[in-house]
Amino acid sequence: MDAVVVEKLEKRFNGFTAVDRVSFRVKKGELFGLLGPNGAGKSTTIYMLTTLLAPSGGRAWVNGFDIVEQPDEVRSSIGIVFQDPTVDTRLSAYDNLDIHGRLYGMDDKKRKERIEEVLRLVELEEWKDKMVKTFSGGMRRRLEIARGLMHTPDLLFLDEPTLGLDPQTRRHIWGYIEKLKKQGITIILTTHYLEEADYLCDRVAIMDHGRIMAIGSPMELKARMGGNVIRVTSREPAKLADVIKRAGISKKPHVEENVVSFEAKDSGRMVPKVLKAAIAAKIEAESIELRMPSLEDVFIHYTGASIRSEKPAGSEMLARRRAHGI
Amino acid sequence: MAFEAGKVYAVWLREVKRFINSKSRMVTSLVMPLLFLGALGGGLSSMIPGFNYSSFLLPGIVAMTVLFSSIAAGVSIIWDREFGFLKEMLASPTRRESLVLGRTLGGATTAIIQGLLILALGIPLTGIAVPQPANLFLALVLMAIFSCFLVMVGISFASLVQEVETFQLIMNLVIMPLFFLSNAMLPIDKMPPWLQAISTLNPVSYAVDGLRGLLIGQTQFGIFLDFSVVILSFLVALAASTYLFSKTSI
Repeated sequence: MDAVVVEKLEKRFNGFTAVDRVSFRVKKGELFGLLGPNGAGKSTTIYMLTTLLAPSGGRAWVNGFDIVEQPDEVRSSIGIVFQDPTVDTRLSAYDNLDIHGRLYGMDDKKRKERIEEVLRLVELEEWKDKMVKTFSGGMRRRLEIARGLMHTPDLLFLDEPTLGLDPQTRRHIWGYIEKLKKQGITIILTTHYLEEADYLCDRVAIMDHGRIMAIGSPMELKARMGGNVIRVTSREPAKLADVIKRAGISKKPHVEENVVSFEAKDSGRMVPKVLKAAIAAKIEAESIELRMPSLEDVFIHYTGASIRSEKPAGSEMLARRRAHGI
Repeated sequence: MAFEAGKVYAVWLREVKRFINSKSRMVTSLVMPLLFLGALGGGLSSMIPGFNYSSFLLPGIVAMTVLFSSIAAGVSIIWDREFGFLKEMLASPTRRESLVLGRTLGGATTAIIQGLLILALGIPLTGIAVPQPANLFLALVLMAIFSCFLVMVGISFASLVQEVETFQLIMNLVIMPLFFLSNAMLPIDKMPPWLQAISTLNPVSYAVDGLRGLLIGQTQFGIFLDFSVVILSFLVALAASTYLFSKTSI
């Protein structure tokens, strides 16, 4: 049985379609990633699958339960780590977990045991009785992960688990996620960090403008590009892109800052052609790089834009929390 | 409908723990009622010979303390929405009614503790003599129903608005009129007619009148009517808050 089955799921807000007839399946034990820029519809999809938002159309089953007909069964069987912080900063780590356990109907003995277990997993045992407002961003995120696992769900949703964290803490969180995967928990993760999707996920769905543009393992997706990526650095990238297009080398070269990049099947033969075209148009090419496609190239291929130009949406929220001192 | 005692308790526990964890807030919340009681009560007592204004004011100030902290407890759901904890509660397999009930009981517990503290400090301060010890128990019951009513009023408002910015607005536009347009500081029969009319329609007046009747033996509406109006208000707020909160989303 699949852990999650999504069929033509749709969400519209006053005429704006946030999620547009999305379909996918997640196998038991799989680590599945929804990759896309902010506003792609990843979080909205998660909110629908976790029963916090009612879909406008389509159907979905989580652990075999219909998200519309059986919301309570869905809720009991899943764990969620939200994108924005949701721990209570005026409670201790222990109380946050204890109250969570009670809301999920765990008895006293089970709760006490599990609190120890999940705190050990995220290495916060020593901080058990400390008030969460004294925690750093990374510690809070670890506590959220511990809380999401508190009631031993089979399926864990992680919405941008490393958003706004420094690279070292991010690596640390990846370590926990890998540990969970080894325990056989199914994980659905959203991210706009390509390295994260590439490093962690068994399979990735690339989302943009509410649609799924491609699904596959990171390897598969890269292989599907069918060639290498050529990156040319130049002082006149727009002009160069135009030349490349007109010379029939690539139909849609991508320009970012001073780099023009495009996919090429027979890349070895393409390099001289590019140089020739550039010289003929009197454009200086400063350097040419030829490499295997990365997940970012896959992303550009399917969405026509780079994911890096996005700013993390959560940073505003964190700033607001800091302004309030909690 | 199964009653989720454990889950109601969880929400109650959170409110009470948060309250215990912020002792400084509790102390500051006692300052204003004590200032009212000392400065206003003491000042006016010496101005009006033959009328012990302080004793008259004490039940009103106890009601004020309960009023302020109960509504704040309900409306603070807005902060839970802003800081995410509302998501944690809404995503859990807990009925919305249980969330409302837990919040109400939790908010009422903390509000009553503050009200009782003011009462305990106010009795020696004003020198009132409670007619019968049993009246203290009845006063506690009245405060409890009154407080639950107000927390639910707060929850209703918080379910209707989303923005944090409206928190202070609600506090001022709801609490201040409820307090000033009541008999908390003035006897109804001494009011100008317009204020008298409004105060008679304000449920807060009945809670104050009931407390006055029980604590100093002065009542204008009669204890029975006082209890009836407060209980009726509670039932209306119960229906409104559970309905409005069930419509709320993240």
